[in-house]
Amino acid sequence: MDDILRAVEKQQTKQEIEQFSTGDIVRVHERVAEGTKERIQVFEGIVLKRSGGGTCEMITVRKISSGIGVEKIYPLHSPKVEKIELVKSNHIRQARPYFLRRLRRIR
Amino acid sequence: MTVGILSRKIGMTQLFDDGNAIGVTVVMAEPSTVVQIRRKETDGYDALQLGYQEVVQERRITRPMLGHFKKAGVVPHRHLFEVRVDDPARYKVGDKIGVEAFTKGDKVDVMGTSRGLGFQGVVKRWNFAGGPKSHGSHFHRGPGSVGNCVKPGRVVKGKKLPGHMGNRRRTMKGVEILRVDAEKNLLVLKGAVPGPRGGMLKLTRKGHG
Repeated sequence: MDDILRAVEKQQTKQEIEQFSTGDIVRVHERVAEGTKERIQVFEGIVLKRSGGGTCEMITVRKISSGIGVEKIYPLHSPKVEKIELVKSNHIRQARPYFLRRLRRIR
Repeated sequence: MTVGILSRKIGMTQLFDDGNAIGVTVVMAEPSTVVQIRRKETDGYDALQLGYQEVVQERRITRPMLGHFKKAGVVPHRHLFEVRVDDPARYKVGDKIGVEAFTKGDKVDVMGTSRGLGFQGVVKRWNFAGGPKSHGSHFHRGPGSVGNCVKPGRVVKGKKLPGHMGNRRRTMKGVEILRVDAEKNLLVLKGAVPGPRGGMLKLTRKGHG
């Protein structure tokens, strides 16, 4: 039964997604609608979390924007997420590097 | 034209509609076979009797049922159900009705049996607020008072009390069909439907029991 469900999901999951895991630094290109126009907004940060599977997979990206920590959660397979670029691959010991939130400065 | 089919719930997932994620239920419906046609003249109403899921071994069904299928000249089926139609003349015994009876954007009524939750208290079953958990409270999740004293001297009918919850027939009305996959016999419905995965569901065109 799960196979059938996966097959339905597969019609909507993106085929080529760059390989990345938590701790890596990525650049997320998001399509933002402003009035009638649409532009691409880029959000670059460190991946804190990958959760869910299939079409429901979500990623949490954190960056420090003018001194304030900002986290954005994206549905990986949303058509609004244009593409995700891997900037730098980092080796971390934790599966989810939440300790970064408590650090004074990162990057 | 009214058409209904039996199906099984496969499970839920989410799909995107231009950026908005929508929760959907995937349902599988192998074609049903017309076993009998009920006519206004003979039965008082127009309907199709349909069979769902062919039986592989004949000994799995009762002899009287076997006779019913033999008379119709169709393979025995595990489930029989009826759907009302306006134009019974269009169908003949042995016809197959599958997911292609519906198209994308159609609204259907989904009938199924809700999950059985067993004997439940009043907080889960009727959304009672319950009392404070602490600060000396002796009233936690109980139903509280169920009525007055000598007048009326009984509990009013329909009083919400603990009891068996779920495992009842429930109908979701006007569920939208988002996708039809005739090759794999799949339908994608918007939102949730009653019952567990693998549960039987009867889909009929909206407003036609």
